[in-house]
Amino acid sequence: MTTSAIIMMLIAILVVWGGLAVAIVLLARSDAAGDPSIHRDL
Amino acid sequence: MSAHETSSERSWEPAEDHADAEQAAKRGSFSSRRVFIFAAIGSAVGLGNIWRFPYVAYDNGGGSFIIPYLVALLTAGVPFLWFDYALGHKFRGSAPLSFARLKRGAEGLGWWQAGICFAIAVYYAAVLAWATSYAWFSINRAWGDDPNAYFLGTYLEIGDPGVSMNVVPQVLLPLVAVWVVVGLIMLLGVQKGVGMTAVIFIPLLVVAFLALVVRSLMLPGAMEGLNALFTPDWGALLNPGVWAAAYGQIFFSLSIGFGIMITYASYVGRKTDMTGSGAVVGFANSSFEILAGIGVFAALGFMAQAAGVQIDEVVAAGVGLAFVAFPAIINEAPAGAVLGVLFFLSLVVAGVTSLVSVIEVVISAVRDKFDMSRRAATTAVLVPMMVMSLLFFSTASGLYVLDIVDHFVNRFGILLVAVVSLVVVAWGARALPRLADHMNRTGNIKLGQAWVVLLSIIVPIVLSLVLLQELWAVIKEPYEGYPQWMLIVFGWAMAVSLAVFGFIAARVKWREGTSLDVDAGHRGEEVR
Repeated sequence: MTTSAIIMMLIAILVVWGGLAVAIVLLARSDAAGDPSIHRDL
Repeated sequence: MSAHETSSERSWEPAEDHADAEQAAKRGSFSSRRVFIFAAIGSAVGLGNIWRFPYVAYDNGGGSFIIPYLVALLTAGVPFLWFDYALGHKFRGSAPLSFARLKRGAEGLGWWQAGICFAIAVYYAAVLAWATSYAWFSINRAWGDDPNAYFLGTYLEIGDPGVSMNVVPQVLLPLVAVWVVVGLIMLLGVQKGVGMTAVIFIPLLVVAFLALVVRSLMLPGAMEGLNALFTPDWGALLNPGVWAAAYGQIFFSLSIGFGIMITYASYVGRKTDMTGSGAVVGFANSSFEILAGIGVFAALGFMAQAAGVQIDEVVAAGVGLAFVAFPAIINEAPAGAVLGVLFFLSLVVAGVTSLVSVIEVVISAVRDKFDMSRRAATTAVLVPMMVMSLLFFSTASGLYVLDIVDHFVNRFGILLVAVVSLVVVAWGARALPRLADHMNRTGNIKLGQAWVVLLSIIVPIVLSLVLLQELWAVIKEPYEGYPQWMLIVFGWAMAVSLAVFGFIAARVKWREGTSLDVDAGHRGEEVR
């Protein structure tokens, strides 16, 4: 693989998978912040 | 709390919770946010992630495509996902009921979307039937040395373009099996059927596809494949067509704009963080697309090396990638059967959760409109769906009809209704600020003026440009050279009839017990 291809692959992986990780962490933190309804089953 | 909120939304009283629980018991609901997120990811991650994204990325700048792709995800994909969530979550109904509660005259948009879902389900099941067959064929490489001839001639028994009534038994049987399995899932309901299928199938899909990626990366030539996919072509960023492709890919990939996310959001508890959930769904869908790109191009790199040709000579998308290119790869690869089973199993698993979601749009609409039980509505929807599916797609002309319906319903169904519904909600009902306020009540990510501007101006303009580009392409020359009469019947007439159906269905009266006033609705009041 060329250097530019490796860099672009790493950027794609880091940004998209990193974005997913950040989104999951943010959602988990909003739970931790204490909305009691979040875990309520309907 | 902003001035846009109505008085009934200012607090969650116990009585309101009780009314919500009654509604949930009546309509069905996801037991938790986790199940909802899995179901939404299951809907978004489908065949397009595996067989469309890798080709689109390769064909539109390779590594540099990630830039317009991310811009499209953040400026159109996720904002539109939030728009759908806001409609379903605020108005607590299927697509027709949610639009009717937003604005009485907009109900037809919901039925138009339900009609589109009906059409998609009818042919989508056929692709799952083919993939199921091919998972089995992978074990002994039943396609032999010429996968193309096997797929078209031996398996589909395809003739000249036209409509054939010759039933193909090897397609009929798996197609019936797909409908039986999907029928059972739908009968189980929102939580036990739709929700649990996603909770089981999505992890299974990730594991199967990860195994496929690992296996593909170990093949000789895999790195050349990744090189072809990720080498940037910066000049492509100046091409408007590349940006249109990025917006098109994001739009078609996320299952937005045709009722699925409205329906699913209506099954979620009122206090759920919908913006945070939407961000997870959007990035999860794109994460799987990146994974698919790596797996598919590693395998294509191997194929190119084995055949002694350049990557651009083996690159394919859609049906050609799955049923012609991949069997050829499986023929050459060491332990190819494992690769084949993993690939086709992934297609089936990804496809089932997506098929379930489009059918749920129709069942939910019928249930809400006619106040029917789950079993009655499932039967009323699935029987005609299955009959049409078997009639058109278990015959020797199935591939032609499928190709035309798929092409037209995506562009002049999904894309068109998305643009129209955005314009109606943003400009006709001027409801975006209200929807933003609703999402901000529980959402961790707050929707502000930027979201309103994106959805009322930027997204409609961009999607309209993509739509016009597609319209020009089919006017310029007949799609894939099919006979005009086939394009008229299965393309134009089909697409137009779905819109017409939508606005006719909206004239049917709602049942006495159904309130079109959402604020009164969840307190059980009847206004009609």
